[in-house]
Amino acid sequence: MANNQKLKDNYQESIKPFQPKPSYVANCLKAFLVGGLICTLGQAIQNFYIAFFDFNEKNAGNPTVATLILISALLTGFGIYDRIGQFAGAGSAVPVTGFANSMTSAALEHRSEGIVLGVATNMFKLAGNVIVFGTVSAYVVGIIRYLFKTYLL
Amino acid sequence: MRKTGKQTWVYENPIYINATGTAVGPKEADGPLGETFDITHKDLHCEEDNWELAERRLMTESIDSCLQKINLSYEDVDLFLAGDLLNQNVTANFVARHNQIPFLCMFGACSTSMETLATGAALVDAGFANRVIASASSHNATAERQFRNPTEYGGQKPDTATATITGAGAALVSKEKGIVRLTSATIGRVMDYGIKNANDMGSAMAPAAADTIQRHLEDLNIAPNEYDLILTGDLSGVGSPILKQLLKDEGYDISINHNDCGLMVYRPDQNVFAGGSGCGCSAIVTYGHILNELKSGNLKKVFMVATGALLSPTMIQQKESIPTIAHGVVLEHIGEGG
Amino acid sequence: MEYVIAFAVGGIICVIGQLLLDLAKLTPAHVMSSFVVAGAILDGFGLYDKLIEFAGAGATVPITSFGHSLLHGAMKQADDHGFIGIGIGIFELTSAGISAAILFAFIIALIFKPKG
Repeated sequence: MANNQKLKDNYQESIKPFQPKPSYVANCLKAFLVGGLICTLGQAIQNFYIAFFDFNEKNAGNPTVATLILISALLTGFGIYDRIGQFAGAGSAVPVTGFANSMTSAALEHRSEGIVLGVATNMFKLAGNVIVFGTVSAYVVGIIRYLFKTYLL
Repeated sequence: MRKTGKQTWVYENPIYINATGTAVGPKEADGPLGETFDITHKDLHCEEDNWELAERRLMTESIDSCLQKINLSYEDVDLFLAGDLLNQNVTANFVARHNQIPFLCMFGACSTSMETLATGAALVDAGFANRVIASASSHNATAERQFRNPTEYGGQKPDTATATITGAGAALVSKEKGIVRLTSATIGRVMDYGIKNANDMGSAMAPAAADTIQRHLEDLNIAPNEYDLILTGDLSGVGSPILKQLLKDEGYDISINHNDCGLMVYRPDQNVFAGGSGCGCSAIVTYGHILNELKSGNLKKVFMVATGALLSPTMIQQKESIPTIAHGVVLEHIGEGG
Repeated sequence: MEYVIAFAVGGIICVIGQLLLDLAKLTPAHVMSSFVVAGAILDGFGLYDKLIEFAGAGATVPITSFGHSLLHGAMKQADDHGFIGIGIGIFELTSAGISAAILFAFIIALIFKPKG
């Protein structure tokens, strides 16, 4: 089976023709459309809060993000978000709606293990990495910027 | 001569499958083989409270349906061999708790159906049991939640991914004359050609299927055309052409008589990417449609090779490649001679 | 007009994410983590504020703005309290988002059942 050994070494190369490639252009287009739409919706919601509630450009982002999160959580609960996600890929994962979906889907899935050990414990299963990396990088960049500002300028 | 060649068992006594039972979920019931399943459910929860209970129900129902067809009860069965995909094989264990049949739990990932069938037939052949039930099950949601992501997560799956089928199959094996004859089986070795992508199990499992098929043909000194059908469990759209190429390179042409359960169980428009997979995949297709064809004589001799990917999420995160295995069983139409 | 720019900028950020998924074959977890770090770094150079001014929701809705908000809050408190301020301010601006996500995820998990 000398043939086999050589094939083993080259296997990953040799099977490339058999593996379907993602339709790069179609996927990017779908991501662009859905991602853009979600951001446009966010813009509309933001303008709504500025016009009808006591918010300004600076702090309207907060209720806007909260509203988008609520919408995303509801769509996840209704079982629709996973279909949007399969269609849009990064278009639904990159906006903050993707973050909310990752938390809601994990919490929803583990309901069968109870509220404490299931829902609460597993909520950050998928979203934890975003929070950890966000916080750590904010610390690092913050310290660097602070040092820069204080001692070099 | 029971042990033949390096990895093949030839059963000395005539061994038969006396009855089979299948229970499936909505997508499978809606697929091309929908009519061939005994019990179908309209909902993934199968009228249970959670996914794990649903899978257990499917396995129990497949066994009950099987026994009902030949008027037997749990007490009439000497041994229960079963497995599933979940950690600690909970589905099989809890079903064994229910049916109280002496139990040997087996894990072969998606190759469990043929692993249990081959072993059950061997134990019957050697006289250690008169009647054995071999069963395997899988459920889309339990597999997703354990191996991949929560079911409502919006992540995008690539075209190489497969969809775990929701279903269970069971077969009763004995020396009493039955529907179909089991003549031989080949036990596979674990193969690993370095594939690390858990979303492309077809590519990982093709070498294992190729190795087992080649070994089988060499041990019995036969050619691929000995069989009307060489059926693999779940290589699906990506792994099937790779298998044909691997065997072709060794001088075996199975392009005419090869098919794959993962490709047979779903229609392309059912959003299943490369096709079906899971322990239940080979079980429900073999114990349903294939058995019907063998009974009627449309198929005379089938080599059923179930393929399994022996990965775990932790191994994937540790950047390990995926070891795979394939076990094959020969099923024959009972002619005039028996 | 602001809607068009929000659409375009948000869309482009998502396309970058899609390319990382398809071409670089990164997992969604890796892409999200990189984006949030990128947001923090861009805010470190003072660039993300300019992007928000230009694109509005096109810059505040993607997860990159999470990184930006984390750093922004940290720097604001650092101005008043020095080093310690960084820790005090990190979750100041992101509090609305995180607490909303936790609350709504919890409620949805109690009311709904997963459909598979």
